[in-house]
Amino acid sequence: MNSIIELTFWQIAAAYLFVVITLIIVKSRGINRDKELVLSTVRMTLQLVIASYALVYILDNPNPFITIGVVILMTAFAIYTIVRKFKGMMTNKLAKVITLSMAFGAGGCLIYLIFIVIGVKPWYNPQYFIPIAGMIIGNSMTGVSLAVKNLLEAMASRKHVVEEALILGATPREASARIINQSFDSAIMPTINSMLGMGIIFLPGMMTGQILAGVSPTTAIAYQIGIMLGILGSVALSVIIILQLGYKTFFNEEAQLL
Amino acid sequence: MENNKYSLFDIIGVRYQDILNIPELAIGEGVTTFFGPSGSGKTSILKLLNRLISPTSGQIFYKGTALEHTDPIDHRRKVVMLSQNPVMFEGSIKDNLNTSFRFRKHLVPEDKTLSDVLENVGLDKDLGFLVDKLSGGEKQRLALARVILLKPEVYLLDEPSSALDDNSADVIIETLYQRVRSESKSMIMVTHSKSIAQKYSNNIINVAGGKIISRGFSDE
Repeated sequence: MNSIIELTFWQIAAAYLFVVITLIIVKSRGINRDKELVLSTVRMTLQLVIASYALVYILDNPNPFITIGVVILMTAFAIYTIVRKFKGMMTNKLAKVITLSMAFGAGGCLIYLIFIVIGVKPWYNPQYFIPIAGMIIGNSMTGVSLAVKNLLEAMASRKHVVEEALILGATPREASARIINQSFDSAIMPTINSMLGMGIIFLPGMMTGQILAGVSPTTAIAYQIGIMLGILGSVALSVIIILQLGYKTFFNEEAQLL
Repeated sequence: MENNKYSLFDIIGVRYQDILNIPELAIGEGVTTFFGPSGSGKTSILKLLNRLISPTSGQIFYKGTALEHTDPIDHRRKVVMLSQNPVMFEGSIKDNLNTSFRFRKHLVPEDKTLSDVLENVGLDKDLGFLVDKLSGGEKQRLALARVILLKPEVYLLDEPSSALDDNSADVIIETLYQRVRSESKSMIMVTHSKSIAQKYSNNIINVAGGKIISRGFSDE
């Protein structure tokens, strides 16, 4: 394996040409997204620079409390991102359910991956724990976000269908069953689609990173398969938790729509 | 309430938001009609009786038992409401007729039973016909068939004449009326049509501005 090419400041700076190109496109088309583009580029750069320094410290000083603390922070930020995205439509009850779904869905799968699939030793080794947690939490966040979006939209647009089912004696679960199933389907499809294209249409980020770092492609693929299945599990679990508990927040104790 | 003195429904001191205010009302068995202009709170009364909504204050009793002490799902299965603009579930006529049985975890009826009910409500379509292709009047007839199959104790009928042509409205009310009489069931309907109220009801309750203003019997 060749050793990795270290990127110089000017090489990284050259990559910002792509931001300039995108800015020219949005400006020339009169698309009002230039501020967001600049802001997201600055934030991405700053966040990654800070994260890299933090990771250097964390990797040099493995500590179970720091590892757990970082994972809790990542999860909390993911929950905050979802709740903020649906500000205005979000209820306290639904926010609690989102927290539960992320904690048990993503958390449960992460523990299984770390302890059973990869068998990290010591278990809190941040070199493994933190990047894997990032992928699991990030993908669960996207899945839960999609599920919440579908649930909120469907409970509003199909309110009359739910109400008709209640009138005819359906339980809230029965009245919402179709919405729950369709929301689950929409939330899990991006993960299934990415599994379909993986290795042919694109090489996933983690695998690419490992190969760039000099790891054998077969080892990188073994990790990628394990992580991808973990992502599938965490998305499915967190999405079904949010939907199975989330629909209840639209009903009161008398099985009436709120 | 003492069980030997109860009516079908007893409404005591019920307010619903600023829409309804009913200090006291007893609804007996048979056919009762809430008669009044649009926006007078009639539909809210039916929704309260179906327990789709709950009073802001006061109590409603069904056969002597306060609704808050009953299971809301069980109650809705006994006291079924036919909405003014009933919503169809996706799929065929048969899917729609069977849906309520699936809610109840009951075995779905045989096709012959379903076809007989369709004939009874005057809907001449195959069971496999998709509901998207039905007209408004046909959907209302299908909704009626869906309700009849459930054999509830009480039928709640919301403004059957408002969204329909006269023929469909007549079929729906007449079909239910005959069933109610032959099966000794009860029917409570709301309407702003005086002729419907007088033709079918043995108990008319006049509503205006969310209040009961008088009671009158059509045979008086």
